[in-house]
Amino acid sequence: MDRKVYFDHAATTPTNPKVLSEMLPYFTGNFGNPSSVYEIARSNKKDIEMAREKVSKVIGAQVNEIYFTAGGTESDNWAIKGIAEAYKNKGNHIITSAIEHHAILHTCEYLEKNGCEVTYLPVDEDGKVSVKDLKEAIRPSTILISIMFANNEVGTIQPIKEIGKIAKENNIIFHTDAVQAVGHVSINVEEMNIDMLSLSGHKIYGPKGIGALYIRKGVKIRSYIHGGAQERKRRGGTENVPGIIGLSEAIERIDANMEVEGKKLINLREKLIEGVFEKIPYVKINGHREERLPGNINFSFSFIEGESLLISLDMYGIAASSGSACTSGSLDPSHVLLAIGLPHEIAHGSLRISLGESNTEEDVDYLLEVLPKVVSRLRDMSPLYEDFMKNKNN
Amino acid sequence: MYTEKVMDHFRNPRNMGEIEEASGVGTVGNAKCGDIMRIFLKIENEVVEDVKFKTFGCGAAIATSSIATEMIKGKTIQQALEITNQAVADALDGLPKEKVHCSLLAEEALHAAIWDYAQKNNITIEGLEPPKKDISHEE
Repeated sequence: MDRKVYFDHAATTPTNPKVLSEMLPYFTGNFGNPSSVYEIARSNKKDIEMAREKVSKVIGAQVNEIYFTAGGTESDNWAIKGIAEAYKNKGNHIITSAIEHHAILHTCEYLEKNGCEVTYLPVDEDGKVSVKDLKEAIRPSTILISIMFANNEVGTIQPIKEIGKIAKENNIIFHTDAVQAVGHVSINVEEMNIDMLSLSGHKIYGPKGIGALYIRKGVKIRSYIHGGAQERKRRGGTENVPGIIGLSEAIERIDANMEVEGKKLINLREKLIEGVFEKIPYVKINGHREERLPGNINFSFSFIEGESLLISLDMYGIAASSGSACTSGSLDPSHVLLAIGLPHEIAHGSLRISLGESNTEEDVDYLLEVLPKVVSRLRDMSPLYEDFMKNKNN
Repeated sequence: MYTEKVMDHFRNPRNMGEIEEASGVGTVGNAKCGDIMRIFLKIENEVVEDVKFKTFGCGAAIATSSIATEMIKGKTIQQALEITNQAVADALDGLPKEKVHCSLLAEEALHAAIWDYAQKNNITIEGLEPPKKDISHEE
């Protein structure tokens, strides 16, 4: 098969050629260290501040509230640990959700070993956090609420504005991991009362290895990368200038195209969902039916396992992902799919399709041609399907 | 991640299917862990005349079931029982470390099918243990 179709944009995206061309001069000609005094360096310092401004505008922040990091994971780590340490005299309680990215969950688990208490809010079957649960979880010792903007696996968008309001009313810092949401959903940190926000370059057609943390003015935070005075003395190290330029170009570009691109993705998504339900029995959709990322679809196919489904699709040149245990290297299927209440065997049979800029109607048609074949082949091999059909016919 | 042999058996599984009125059927694994293997045997005069499998699981689980059925076809029961999970993995030119339990599952499914045959025919096969309820990934 010569055809190659990429349906894993939630994992990463290709760097847009225009973004790349904006970055390239900073590798060679404009290579100067921004902290130096001479001309080629001074212009880099200015360019970084322009980039910071571009990033800040997209989320409605002030320019000096944006801090560049090495990516979403660093931003999440910094936000959670930095607040836990800076506010330890006020309290030691953190509220997050059961479906966060591991960059949040594993950081919280680390803090639990070091004296913090963490509440992991459950989610409903659509993957949504309940505002009522959040209110009830708040204690006098709560110093931080961290709830992701949109989920990477099932695409569900959280009621961020309501959460922000509750956090503000209770004088608790509110962080959101918006790595999946930026560029796909309108974000305004002022209107939504967001105090901290993590974002990443490579999910929005920018380069890997660059991200940012928005920290509202007035929020105290500990720093961990000690060194030079870069990033307002909060994160040392010579700036990743090409990366910073790439991130700013990418975020500005994706934000400008958001409405048009979102409509396109929703059309493709709905076409795919409709086609799958028409052609394949015993399938369900995971995540909220409407309040989800435009490009995200998450199916569970009964009686088959996700990794063998992915390898089968790969044989046809189709790249996608799954929440099955076999693809994660652990014994359990995805924590997100378990948190929305799926039984293990259904969670093992999940398939995440994340659509993006390169995808066309033809890609969706091709998937709709291949998917029924591979699902049916794997079901023919499955003892679970055999048992099910025998019971059904008896 | 997988060897060409594994991919070959995944793409073109040998002996996939069912045997009606099999002499012995063994099912091991559980859906919770993400893999279930079922082996059907047709045994005549102590020889595995035919064998089929059905598997719910990852690529390695499907490939190990496929190659295991190839390895036992035409063998005597005693020879079939001597096939170890290591032999199954070796025949596939190796498995990734986290997939070794799949080869163990193949060995167990085979033993469970032979056990079922022995039960049905009221015979005792030396060294054959009743099938384990659950195959742990830790082994």
